[in-house]
Amino acid sequence: MTLDPDSRPRLAPGVRLGENNSQRVLLMPERALRLMGPSLEIIERCDGQHTVAAIIADLQKIYSKAKPEKVAEDILGYLQLLQKERALDFE
Amino acid sequence: MSAPTTPLALIAELTHRCPLHCVYCSNPQELQSRNTELPTEIWSRIFREAADLGVLQADLTGGEPLARTDILDLVKSARRAGLYVSLITSGLPLDEPKLDALIAAGLDHLQLSFQGSTEDTAAEISGTQSHQQKLRVLSWLKSRRVAVTLNFVIHRRNIHQLPGMLAIAESSSATRIEFANVQYYGWAFANRENLLPTRPQLDASLAFIQQAQKRLEGKIRVESVVPDYYAKYPKPCMGGWGRKLMLITPSGEALPCHAAKIIPNLTFDNVKDRPLQEIWLASEAFQKFRGQSWMQDPCKSCDRREIDYAGCRCQALLLAGDPAATDPVCSLSPQRQKVDAILSAINSPSLPVGAGLAPPTDPPAPTSSWLYRPNPT
Repeated sequence: MTLDPDSRPRLAPGVRLGENNSQRVLLMPERALRLMGPSLEIIERCDGQHTVAAIIADLQKIYSKAKPEKVAEDILGYLQLLQKERALDFE
Repeated sequence: MSAPTTPLALIAELTHRCPLHCVYCSNPQELQSRNTELPTEIWSRIFREAADLGVLQADLTGGEPLARTDILDLVKSARRAGLYVSLITSGLPLDEPKLDALIAAGLDHLQLSFQGSTEDTAAEISGTQSHQQKLRVLSWLKSRRVAVTLNFVIHRRNIHQLPGMLAIAESSSATRIEFANVQYYGWAFANRENLLPTRPQLDASLAFIQQAQKRLEGKIRVESVVPDYYAKYPKPCMGGWGRKLMLITPSGEALPCHAAKIIPNLTFDNVKDRPLQEIWLASEAFQKFRGQSWMQDPCKSCDRREIDYAGCRCQALLLAGDPAATDPVCSLSPQRQKVDAILSAINSPSLPVGAGLAPPTDPPAPTSSWLYRPNPT
């Protein structure tokens, strides 16, 4: 299940952001994922506009102190997890 | 004992009325009548209090939640309270305008039940002509933006229909499938001898489901629940007593789980009388099996006690006569042989069921031997 760097992830139908007690969460059937720091930044870019490559590039800039390959690996891992959960569609 | 965890979901049992009469229904055998149902305003308050407590999800269920004439208001108020709104439905009272209205009202997720892959099986199990309507609902959902889960309730009478059920799911827009083996409480407990699958059936079904999970990874989330009589260890029922889930009955009682009212000498608070947060934190029923001080041997010193929380209290009552006992499905329970005896009877060679996923060779159980769930007045 490899991700196409030119594909544009967006939240699947019925998946949305929520908030409780100032904690941002990603809501979906029978799951809720806490979002903070990098995970929040990734999800905010899953708008059907940003490509996978662009999301990686953005976060490499934000987390400039981290190894770029590590940032890329972590983002791909997170996106794949969300795809398995069916929280994202890739267009 | 440490402070209770924050609950994830509120299970809103809006009504026990239902157009189906499923023989496996998880509602208690003591159904609540229509005139005890909470009005819209009280549910609205409960949704707000739940959100204040930290709850993220409202599961609108029943019976059949669409039997409530105020269902659109209920969806709106749950969504306005900031909750993720799921509707757990048979699909029977739906039409396209109603579906669109529910989505416009803020419905996030629709979970549609299936009783089999054919009208005959669905009619035998639910006591109602229902299958075609569910297929119609699937066709409407294809052009609507809402999360869709298909819940296939599995047991001995329909386990051979797994391939047909999977085909229905794959031709739909569902992104999630639950192959949910019946759990034996409520009406399922009364019909258990007709419902438990045989071991060869179960093994074949697990292989089939695992294959489907792999093949559909990234496309459809396939989840399955095994009948825990066949398991080695018990399930962490409800994610642990009073840990993750809170159920409100149609008349307003707050329960830690669907079946909890069968436990004797337990007082359940009503949301009409006490704020939700107080009930969650301090009610007798919720406190009863929290933590570990109530556990018996072998649970109280077992490595798994924080994994499965000693299993299910209601099952311990039903099978061992004691809600504080180790769940007897556990291989470490001193009462496991009771479960083994039940399984031996199901797996006896005199019961001529098909092997693996072959259709059953035994004729359908005569309808007189099923206990169908009635519709409360």
